[in-house]
Amino acid sequence: MSDKITKEEILRICNVQPKKCMKCGKCSGTCPAYDEMDYHPHQFVYMVEHGQIEKLMASQSIYKCLSCFACLERCPRNVEPAKLIEAVRLAVIRQQGKNHMTENDVPALLDEELPQQAIVSSMRKYKK
Amino acid sequence: MQKIGVFVCWCGSNIAATVDVKAVANAMRSEPGVVYSTDYQYMCSENGQNLIKDAIRDYKLDGVVVCSCSPRMHEATFRKTALSAGLNPYMVEIANIREQCSWIHKDMEEGTQKAMVLARAAIAKVKKNAPLTAGTTPVTKRALVIGGGIAGIQTALDVADAGYEVDIVEKSPTIGGRMAQLDKTFPTLDCSACILTPKMVEANQHENIHLITYAELENVSGFVGNFTARIKKKARYVDETKCTGCGICTEKCPSRKGLNAFNMGLNTRGAVYIPFAQAIPNVAVIDTENCLHFKTGKCGICQKNCSAGAINFEQKEEILERKYGAIIVATGFRPIDASAFDEYAYTQSKDVVTSLELERLMNAAGPTGGVLLRPSDGEHPKEIVFIQCVGSRCSKDAAKGKEYCSKICCMYTAKHAMLIREKYPDTNVHVFYIDVRTPGKNFDEFYRRAAEQYGVDYIKGMVGKVSVEGKKLHVQGSDLISNEQVHIDADLVVLATAIEPDPTARSIGTMLTASMDTNDFFTEAHPKLRPVESPTAGIFLSGVCQGPKDIPETVAQAGAAASKVIGLLSKKELVGNPCVAHANELLCNGCSQCEKVCPYGAITYEDKEVRGPEFRGTKRIAVVNEAICQGCGACTVTCPSTAMDLKGFSNNQIMEEVDAICR
Repeated sequence: MSDKITKEEILRICNVQPKKCMKCGKCSGTCPAYDEMDYHPHQFVYMVEHGQIEKLMASQSIYKCLSCFACLERCPRNVEPAKLIEAVRLAVIRQQGKNHMTENDVPALLDEELPQQAIVSSMRKYKK
Repeated sequence: MQKIGVFVCWCGSNIAATVDVKAVANAMRSEPGVVYSTDYQYMCSENGQNLIKDAIRDYKLDGVVVCSCSPRMHEATFRKTALSAGLNPYMVEIANIREQCSWIHKDMEEGTQKAMVLARAAIAKVKKNAPLTAGTTPVTKRALVIGGGIAGIQTALDVADAGYEVDIVEKSPTIGGRMAQLDKTFPTLDCSACILTPKMVEANQHENIHLITYAELENVSGFVGNFTARIKKKARYVDETKCTGCGICTEKCPSRKGLNAFNMGLNTRGAVYIPFAQAIPNVAVIDTENCLHFKTGKCGICQKNCSAGAINFEQKEEILERKYGAIIVATGFRPIDASAFDEYAYTQSKDVVTSLELERLMNAAGPTGGVLLRPSDGEHPKEIVFIQCVGSRCSKDAAKGKEYCSKICCMYTAKHAMLIREKYPDTNVHVFYIDVRTPGKNFDEFYRRAAEQYGVDYIKGMVGKVSVEGKKLHVQGSDLISNEQVHIDADLVVLATAIEPDPTARSIGTMLTASMDTNDFFTEAHPKLRPVESPTAGIFLSGVCQGPKDIPETVAQAGAAASKVIGLLSKKELVGNPCVAHANELLCNGCSQCEKVCPYGAITYEDKEVRGPEFRGTKRIAVVNEAICQGCGACTVTCPSTAMDLKGFSNNQIMEEVDAICR
């Protein structure tokens, strides 16, 4: 296993500036996957800023984010939490070189009401 | 040979910590023309100024260089010092060794070297200075107030009470502005109309105040003390001198399509209307877009029913031209359009309203007679959600919204929440907030009363979306304290929308050459020390046109602006700035370039008899009106034949400075 992933590496991946956050919570207010998450979108912004990357990498939230980008769209400070979550997800994939689940697991999780964007986005989470 | 004195200031440690002031003073002693050079801790102090005065007398100085702070700070001080010692004030030059040197350098050696260079440049310039004398102009003893809201009314009353004539130009048919639309005012909960209407009446009855309503400013020319304004008085189609305000025409009018702007479009009114019961002037006005007579040529019911014979379909707009000594901008604000924030479903449901709409829904003169009812079905709302900061505090790179805090929303929302809980105790009120900002006398106490005594549910977090679900509004937001997502089925959602300058402000700013910030708020001459003046001389700022503020702050600023106006109007004459442009008649070829770039309209052309070594005869040359010229220098850099020059900042002087720096 390689070295710990740093805050700087996460920010380099997504080019997000968590310092711009004014802690209004609109991202978490808007998130459709909120109840599924152990850490919520506003916590991602706060925890990345405070260097708590490992906790986020071990969290279920990075697989629960639908990548619907509602938080990114509605954030009054243009912080783009969805990009931050995607970056943590990417960091996990890069570091572990292995998958949280295989692509064969994906079809079973799909349901009719899932937005297409989320399906496309989910492919980025998994290998191949 | 000139006799120049150099005075190096320490500014305490501001300069002396980074610049070796003694070394600078010593080095300047050996500059050609310098007969005296010294340093002192605070040159601007009385002792420091006496040092300069004594040196001017003892050494018979004909030029003074002060190495100190920015000329913006103390140029005027040192010019007065020189004058009191018998030296022409324009023989003083400032070398800015603080803002442009000590404050931006860390290294003593570097700072000292640069201070010497700046001092040498100032010495080179002062050698080319010539004594200048400022001209004087008379002052027109009349003020123009743009905007008839509480800011404009208060400024007008204060100026008028001092004995000067004031005209208020108001674009809508009545004065009163936004304050007239408010129900109650925080933190005392007194009725807005009850405290505003006496002031409106006072303004109307004041012998020195003249109301020009339903009128717009077309053009302004001139300069401080001597402005000329063209005002377009729109046609009301009602004779102001005849109309008694009885209101019969407004009742008889068969058209009911016009949206009632006073009630934020929540109900309709006739095509002929009086904006509200206490309107001043209490005179009807015809809205031609909805009037059947103007649309079809028929109808005329209002005219038939008017016993005063005041309806006049043939009325034409009028242009008034008046002279003023001072102009006060009081153009106010409007709430932003909430439809850009459609995650809150403003365009999807009538039951999502802005706070100003809620004011009308709670006001006895409003569309519901003061009973709080849902606009969609007229039912009492039992669950109300307030959303704060809609469009305020957004980052510069966000897709929408304003960067600033609108300042008044926290307090008016606490007021709304409290009033609703007081009147309808069975109604639940939730307020989603980012921060509650309540600095102000008795403000935080007021907000705490809403939360503690009236049981208003304050939730720290923002609403992410509002969706229309049948008769309910599903509100989904976050509660950052409990770290939970909150879901509320609300009957009414109220958006605390950001406020923005009135859209007319930009064109008025351009007309007055008064500077504005990127949000179209007018800029003050100094953010701390000259908060009610525009940097453009003779233009004053009153109320929200300068930045968000509540009623007490607006009234305070209005009074402050009035005192500045009174100070100006009470002067017999104004001393001008002698650093103005002038054309060298021999070089000018009459090309008109300078006339085109002059932002003040100070340049005209004349055919003049010229006698020079290369040209004799009549030619067209530029003439500068020295009273209008502000010395900006645009003409001097535009002139292709270097005929234009600025007194006190001539091309020759600037080149001498540059040469001294490059030496």
